[in-house]
Amino acid sequence: MSAPVSDVLATRRGSRVVILWLFIGLLGYFVLPWYMLEDGFFSFEWLFDGYPFDSDYAPGAFLVYQGEKIWLTPLILPLLLPLVVLGRKTDRRFFSTVLIVAGVSGFFYLFAQGFAIGIRGFNAEWMTALFGELGDRQFGFGYGAVLLACTFLFYLTTGIAARGYINGDVFVVGAIGFIISIVAIFIFFPIAQMLSSALHDNDGAYSLSVFVEKFSENKIWGLACLTENRGCGVAWNSLFLAVIVGATTTLLGLVFALVATRSGFRYGNWLRALTVLPIITPPFVIGLAIILLFGLSGTVTQWVAGALDLQPSRWVYGLPGIMIAQMLSFTPIAFLVLIGVVEGVSPSMEEASQTLRASRWYTFKTVTFPLIRPGLANAFLLGFIESMADFGNPLVLGGNYDVLSTEIFFAIVGAQNDQGRAAVLAIVLLLFTLTAFYAQRRWLGKKSYITKTGKGDGGSHSLMPKRIMYPCYAIASIWVVFTVTVYGMIIYGGFVETWGLNHTLTLKHYITTFAIGFNEFGIHFKGTAWDSFFTTLKIAATAAPLTAIVGLITAYLLVRQQFRGKDWFEFGTMLSFAIPGTVVGVSYILAFNVPPLELTGTGIILIISFVFRNMPVGVRAGIASMSQLDKSLDEASLTLGANTWRTFRKVILPLMRPAILAALVFSFVRAMTAISAVIFLVSAEYNMATSYIIGRVENNDYGIAIAYSTTLIFVMLAAILLFQLLVGRNQTSRPFQTRTNVG
Amino acid sequence: MTLDNMTQGEIKTRAASVEFKSVTKRYGTEVTAVDDVSLHVEAGELVTLLGPSGCGKTTTLRMIAGLEMATEGKILIGGSDVTQLPATDRDVSMVFQSYALFPHMTVLENVCYGLRASGKKKKQSVELAEHGLDLVGLAGYGSRLPSELSGGQQQRVAVARALVLEPQVLLFDEPLSNLDAKLRRQVREDIRDIQQRLSLTVVYVTHDQEEALAVSDRIIVMKNAMIAQVGSPRELYEQPASEFVADFIGEANIVEAQISAVHEGLATVHVGDVTLNLDSRGLAAGSAKLAVRPNRIFIEPHHPGSADALVGSVLKATYVGDRIEYKVATDLGALFCTSEATDRQVVEGSEVAVRFDDVGPVLLPHSA
Repeated sequence: MSAPVSDVLATRRGSRVVILWLFIGLLGYFVLPWYMLEDGFFSFEWLFDGYPFDSDYAPGAFLVYQGEKIWLTPLILPLLLPLVVLGRKTDRRFFSTVLIVAGVSGFFYLFAQGFAIGIRGFNAEWMTALFGELGDRQFGFGYGAVLLACTFLFYLTTGIAARGYINGDVFVVGAIGFIISIVAIFIFFPIAQMLSSALHDNDGAYSLSVFVEKFSENKIWGLACLTENRGCGVAWNSLFLAVIVGATTTLLGLVFALVATRSGFRYGNWLRALTVLPIITPPFVIGLAIILLFGLSGTVTQWVAGALDLQPSRWVYGLPGIMIAQMLSFTPIAFLVLIGVVEGVSPSMEEASQTLRASRWYTFKTVTFPLIRPGLANAFLLGFIESMADFGNPLVLGGNYDVLSTEIFFAIVGAQNDQGRAAVLAIVLLLFTLTAFYAQRRWLGKKSYITKTGKGDGGSHSLMPKRIMYPCYAIASIWVVFTVTVYGMIIYGGFVETWGLNHTLTLKHYITTFAIGFNEFGIHFKGTAWDSFFTTLKIAATAAPLTAIVGLITAYLLVRQQFRGKDWFEFGTMLSFAIPGTVVGVSYILAFNVPPLELTGTGIILIISFVFRNMPVGVRAGIASMSQLDKSLDEASLTLGANTWRTFRKVILPLMRPAILAALVFSFVRAMTAISAVIFLVSAEYNMATSYIIGRVENNDYGIAIAYSTTLIFVMLAAILLFQLLVGRNQTSRPFQTRTNVG
Repeated sequence: MTLDNMTQGEIKTRAASVEFKSVTKRYGTEVTAVDDVSLHVEAGELVTLLGPSGCGKTTTLRMIAGLEMATEGKILIGGSDVTQLPATDRDVSMVFQSYALFPHMTVLENVCYGLRASGKKKKQSVELAEHGLDLVGLAGYGSRLPSELSGGQQQRVAVARALVLEPQVLLFDEPLSNLDAKLRRQVREDIRDIQQRLSLTVVYVTHDQEEALAVSDRIIVMKNAMIAQVGSPRELYEQPASEFVADFIGEANIVEAQISAVHEGLATVHVGDVTLNLDSRGLAAGSAKLAVRPNRIFIEPHHPGSADALVGSVLKATYVGDRIEYKVATDLGALFCTSEATDRQVVEGSEVAVRFDDVGPVLLPHSA
């Protein structure tokens, strides 16, 4: 009996993919430069500068041929191994085995040689002892090595698909393999690297006692503030702050949600517009405005001091300042969560209660409130995580109130330069956020009281009882006035000579930052900010489409495909949600400072950090919009003879255009406002706007900092408005309601 | 669609048979959606999978399409084993309950989609697609978007889209459930008509027994993930194999009966005081169950001493337009019967004589 139809089809389909990747692998091994280029990933200088013989630019094959990096030789074997099964009728199992062997061995050897042989030759002493001193060294992976790694990866996934995994679907298995690999490399590997660094002392020797010592340090866990007039440990500080901020933002968010949906308030939509603010505001800008208001020379401070004849104080620096700034920053997030929850309570539930002779107050107490309770817990945990992870506000306003995120930063950049300590602090911070994240998913992930079915659910929400309505109005009004003042300060502050001393209006800050001149070469960007501004635009614009692609593919796999270990897959991809930016920053410099992944100081590391930090945003936007697509559309496409890849391209992607655009704009904007991870990863060549501004703040150059921040806010506002125009209001409201990332 | 403007076109049939050999589908370890089902659909035949929701009929259909993979057993289409073949590679098209027209493509693009995916040139695809649209009476609608069509028209586009691929098997998943009652009869006749004209192999899923009776060559009744009975519409209606089938296909009164004797396949059956001579269906003397359709029970004013009748009293009489529905209390329990004599309604509470029709009542084989 000849091979069954399914076998023939499976190997034929697999073969096509293998040929494609074999070709790409050959390109990587024989044509493109093997190592990372010093002048940047996107520079093409190498083409004219000694390629292909100069060993800095040479492809792997040339290096082997010239006898330089002989350990690259064995890679050719797994690369060419699949030729054994191509172009002839082979048994499906054999076909798959060959591919899996080629993929695994190639991938493993590639990384093994990369980790084994670094800048100083062998990385481990036992290898030097075994093989003798190596006369050569190597740098990080470049184009060639990366392409070859991809080839091996897709050999492997094609082989697994040929085994019949996920119906033998080459595209889906490949996509799963790809996402797992990049998540492993860019999320789990750095975290693991950080853990291991915490377990080593400063000389690089493994030491559990050093870890225990650093971990249990008094500066982290001390409780002196309870008994004496001294500060507590940073962990307690962070925790205390996060609990307060979580609670207050939840309460305020609920007040707003009620005012927007249950008060008959006509300008509810304006309230919703406020929720865009935290998205377009770089996180420390609120802190700056607080300084302008309540700092030593702040408007309010001066006025109160003058009126009451008091000595102006620095009271705002520390817990009160951070708390106010974070409340202002994060309340809109709680509002976003809770407005969905409050609106999600079906009016018919309340109507049913009222027809059962319950009063408004009784209905609210016994029906509405219990239904929104999980939403409240959710909002609290989000506020908690955001506050824990926030870096910008504590940096600007912290004073003597140390929190984990800033301590990590100072452990690295300060006089201490103690990476081990930074790693330990990062682990503590990570423990807090992961616990909150876990709690959120565990208790609330599956539990949804949203009772609206989406169709035929008539009726409108009943109004709040009056005894709740008036306090809500009062609180909301105060908050709105405060927010408007804060943003007014930010805009005004950019036009003032020196805040607190000389309030003459001036354009000088804008001129310093954004001046444009003309010289013999044409336009000349004279302003000091242009450099970082363009870098920021470039990096954000590169990261955005990558984030969207990775996010949407992940969403597709999560929503549309069933496979074993999907829960873990989801957990892994959403994990970066709970990893604070400072932790990402620390772990990236620890992991990507050495070959084979030598990325520090490049623009790529910034792009990668944005892609993975914003990935959950793309995933959520994708999931939200894909869940609205009837699954029978995919199935129709499949039964019409299209494969999953074609279905993805021709049916799913076009229907998800709004979600794609949203993910694009959102990740672009977030890349522009990010600070916490960025501040560890910027270099002289690749400085970002936010870290430039922080630098100005540290020099007390508030005018320039504020002028630059204002400009950023307006640029991002323009980006969002443009986007709203492109896709229309309704479709945009969804993705922007899911702010998912932290600090 | 009107039959007059139907052209034979270039759409031909490549109808093939479908066979299940002990197919089981399990989700996880707990749920068995289809349990050891074997079935056979001849080439050119329209077979309906009928059953209450959750009986496994849709899962069975999706396994033919390749959208679900069998956990155990073999699936053959046109004699070749397709058990491991995913949907893309099977020569099977499906018309979905929701139609699943791609909303971002025009009608013509929708119909072309499968042709293009299977590698046909654009010009040829368009030609075939236009033939397909013509076949379902939608010539000239090609440039519209699905959202610009009525429900019935969308349905026909979905049919055309599946037809133009000349599939070995065409599948319908509850195709009428989104149409209003009046349109249903029309569309169901159209589907049957195209199937017969092109002699397609069609597998059709529905939970509506009337629809199944109307369109099918054969019906496979499913219950609890297994096949309850297979047969022509008439066989199922007149010779149900079990209480379930008797009650699911049309309504039936199930009454206890006694078989006193069986002679040459003819059983003498006693139901209360009534004696009937019925096909024994393999039963021996003893107690048995009898299924009687509501329209096979007659009631008339009670006269003392009327022979071969049960005595009952009318519990409830409901006028429903073309007939009157009665609920009658008898010694055998409450019986449900209908009468077309709408002009003479028997008053509730009155005593009546209840008779059974000579043909119609059927003995039910002992359930396994």
